[in-house]
Amino acid sequence: MPLASYQTSVPVVVDDAKCIADKGCTVCVDVCPLDVLRISDMTNKAYMAYDECWYCMPCEADCPTGAVTVNIPYLLR
Amino acid sequence: MALDQIVDGLSEVSCDVLVIGGGTAGPMAALKAKLKNPKANVVLLEKANVKRSGAISMGMDGLNNAVIPGYATPEQYTKEITIANDGIVDQKAVYKYAQNCYKIIEELDSFGIRFLKNENGDYAVKKVHHIGTYVLPMPNGETVKKALYRQLRRARILISNRYMATRLLKSSDGRIAGAVSVNTRTAEMLVIKAKAVILCMGAAGRLGLPTSGYMFGTYENAANSGDGYAMAYHAGAALANLECFQINPLIKDYNGPACAYVAGPFGAYTANNEGSRFIECDYWSGQMMLEFYNELLSGKGPVFLQLKHLHPDTISEIESTLHKVERPTRGLFQQGRGVDYRSESIEMHISEIGFCSGHSASGVFVDDNARTTVPGLYAAGDMASVPHNYMLGAFTNGSVAGIDAMEFADSHDFAEFDAADVAMERDRVMTPTKREDGIPPNQVEYKTRRLVNDYLQPPKVTRKYELGMRRLAEAREDMQERMIARNAHELLRALEVQSIMDCADMAAHASLYREESRWGLYHWRTDFPEKDNENWFCHTLLSKQDGKMTSAKRAVEPYVVPIADDEKDLYDKQRIRASA
Repeated sequence: MPLASYQTSVPVVVDDAKCIADKGCTVCVDVCPLDVLRISDMTNKAYMAYDECWYCMPCEADCPTGAVTVNIPYLLR
Repeated sequence: MALDQIVDGLSEVSCDVLVIGGGTAGPMAALKAKLKNPKANVVLLEKANVKRSGAISMGMDGLNNAVIPGYATPEQYTKEITIANDGIVDQKAVYKYAQNCYKIIEELDSFGIRFLKNENGDYAVKKVHHIGTYVLPMPNGETVKKALYRQLRRARILISNRYMATRLLKSSDGRIAGAVSVNTRTAEMLVIKAKAVILCMGAAGRLGLPTSGYMFGTYENAANSGDGYAMAYHAGAALANLECFQINPLIKDYNGPACAYVAGPFGAYTANNEGSRFIECDYWSGQMMLEFYNELLSGKGPVFLQLKHLHPDTISEIESTLHKVERPTRGLFQQGRGVDYRSESIEMHISEIGFCSGHSASGVFVDDNARTTVPGLYAAGDMASVPHNYMLGAFTNGSVAGIDAMEFADSHDFAEFDAADVAMERDRVMTPTKREDGIPPNQVEYKTRRLVNDYLQPPKVTRKYELGMRRLAEAREDMQERMIARNAHELLRALEVQSIMDCADMAAHASLYREESRWGLYHWRTDFPEKDNENWFCHTLLSKQDGKMTSAKRAVEPYVVPIADDEKDLYDKQRIRASA
């Protein structure tokens, strides 16, 4: 069965200007309980790769530069 | 190598005590095991990262079940939990918890976790339960995980993050021998030989589907997919009272606690659409949930948590807790909807179903030493059968498990497992990665959990259950024959779906076995609407026998703390009655 991709607006947003993942920081990726954040190969910044969020906040709370914002997932907003 | 790319690999390590799950009970179990024998190797395995994993990822607002001298006695607490559980309790474990938990509070205090004190320097314990007073706020509750982590580092516990345990290994004589695990970012497999294993893998919280339709918008930390329940089952351990589901009253759509335990002591209460109270007590019990459910359906719903009558300063104080710890995005959620607690009540709803002894009683069967029915295998926290044990129970029973498991490891050598079992498990784990084409894990998961909602959610109807089991069997076939995982992250989800499917089957099987209604909404069977103490005043134990799911009765152990006849039904009288 062929697969289609599915559009979804992700709750966790990263401010590229503040994110220091390109300097080697992986804090948000490390702490996420659902393991949904990754560092982009293209921008070298953190981003939400999987829309599987518990809107729990460690990524935002532990980010050393305040680059991460957790929003409430649209479906339950 | 890019993250999530599948790597073929298998390695093996060994340790004395293996603790699986680094949330609440796990860190305490690992710490106590190591302190018991500092020369021994203790490994703490975690699917996420111990720094921020589990139910208390963002901390906790307080202790819900603190038995503090001067406020409550172990006898009183044991009695209350027994009554709240309709009598189906082995009191020895509850009593032991009640005796030990104060010592654990003092220990947590020494870790730097503060508990609310009054002007005299005594603990400021609040009343939420029906009978006793056990709720103790934690002013710096957001620091719990950090404080625990410091202790783990100091004790030199070996921490392995991002490894998901998939199956337990046993010797031919039935003793625990270790576990098989898989790296969640590379799919490399790791076999861990151990003399004793402690399961602290949390609730089965991704069982029902939240009404928002968002699969990860669960009450429990969505990482808690019931892997511990499934692993214990496949290892042949008995699981107790799984039909006693967890269902909680939560902020509608947000699906987190509102939280009456925080706001109640300040004067907040649960009310219907007319603004009237309808339940005697906000403590979460099946009987209370049944009244909540009835009110929602009666035409007097929606149900609200009422705060607006309180002084604005009091509301600010409540907000400072609710919007800082446990689920800090509660504030963001209410802000997004323009809800201010000063002018509007909080709309409540009931959660999806799950297994969680932390709030109800469904867990891997353990005795008062946290031992399961498999020699060398222990369980603690939300997944072990000590009822209503909450965070402090996870710490206290985790401590019991750690000490007893190290004693076991000190007096036993490694048990030998069959290499063929590892090969078989490797094959099972990796199968979805070998397919070119098929159904992705998120679809199998959505369907399974939607079926759980449609067929297994109370009220439990026998005919619905029979149909539900047929539909689940079809979904299982899809899962086994057609599910694909295209990278290591998808493989993690594919493995979780298998735990969820096992838990759904267990929920159905256990519910059909107990032919009576008990625990209010948790096990309300419309075909057997009455409580039947003559035939069902017992535990039910579910286990795998010769490859088949079976259930059996187990007698309730004689009570340590007697319950008078006129006390037995105190929790049955939850509905406020009009009086002249």
